[in-house]
Amino acid sequence: MSCYQDKAVAIAGLGGLGSNIAVMLARSGVGKLLLVDYDRVEHSNLNRQYYLPCHVGRLKAEALAEQLLQINPALQLTVRVEKITVGNAAELFAQWPLVCEALDDAAAKAMLINTLLTDKKKIIVSGSGMAGLGSANAIYTARKMARLYVCGDEHSDMGQENMWAPRVQICAGHQANMVLRLLAGWQEP
Amino acid sequence: MKINGEDVAGFCGTVWDYLEQHKYQVERVAVEYNGEILQWAQYQSVILQPDDVLEIVSFVGGG
Repeated sequence: MSCYQDKAVAIAGLGGLGSNIAVMLARSGVGKLLLVDYDRVEHSNLNRQYYLPCHVGRLKAEALAEQLLQINPALQLTVRVEKITVGNAAELFAQWPLVCEALDDAAAKAMLINTLLTDKKKIIVSGSGMAGLGSANAIYTARKMARLYVCGDEHSDMGQENMWAPRVQICAGHQANMVLRLLAGWQEP
Repeated sequence: MKINGEDVAGFCGTVWDYLEQHKYQVERVAVEYNGEILQWAQYQSVILQPDDVLEIVSFVGGG
């Protein structure tokens, strides 16, 4: 029995960050997860995202939900197949005080943070800067605002560099670790 | 004023002016102004004062 089984975490985006964060939280025994993604698995995702060739063409939210339930059959999953917009973000995450931001587009990341942080009960753990093959040691967790943690190197952009599994998973690991720390009552990054 | 943990003296203008002057891409940023998240629509109306504390986070793509 995990000390996290009555804890709830929302994950916005199920690409390289979100899929790996979800797996780590499921393995850690977090009891309730919200998965939000509208996209389908593509071949080009398989180098870093938690999907297999048999998942290509399927909704990421569904393919990931199946795997998470194999990891922890007792997991309570809520799945929303929707593109997150300024219009629906507040409603989608209304019941979820702890949110992992794992979107790929920089403006979408900013939009989600700007929208959700107006809710004074929300804490967000975000990912920014994990492209390329730069030093693994450049990726860190920082508490940038009272209720915003940012994981990544804050610099390497997928627009300039390819995305590779190691730094994406390192960043996902930072986010998942910060989530577990927050759930344990520790606010320091 | 304090911006991203550094003391900044002599700046006169709005949050929008500061972001523009420092070449931030406005659609990619989140700004905490004296402990509260500031909405994009407010960037042009908030004029920075000497005791303001600003935290600007600029996101890059990849997820």
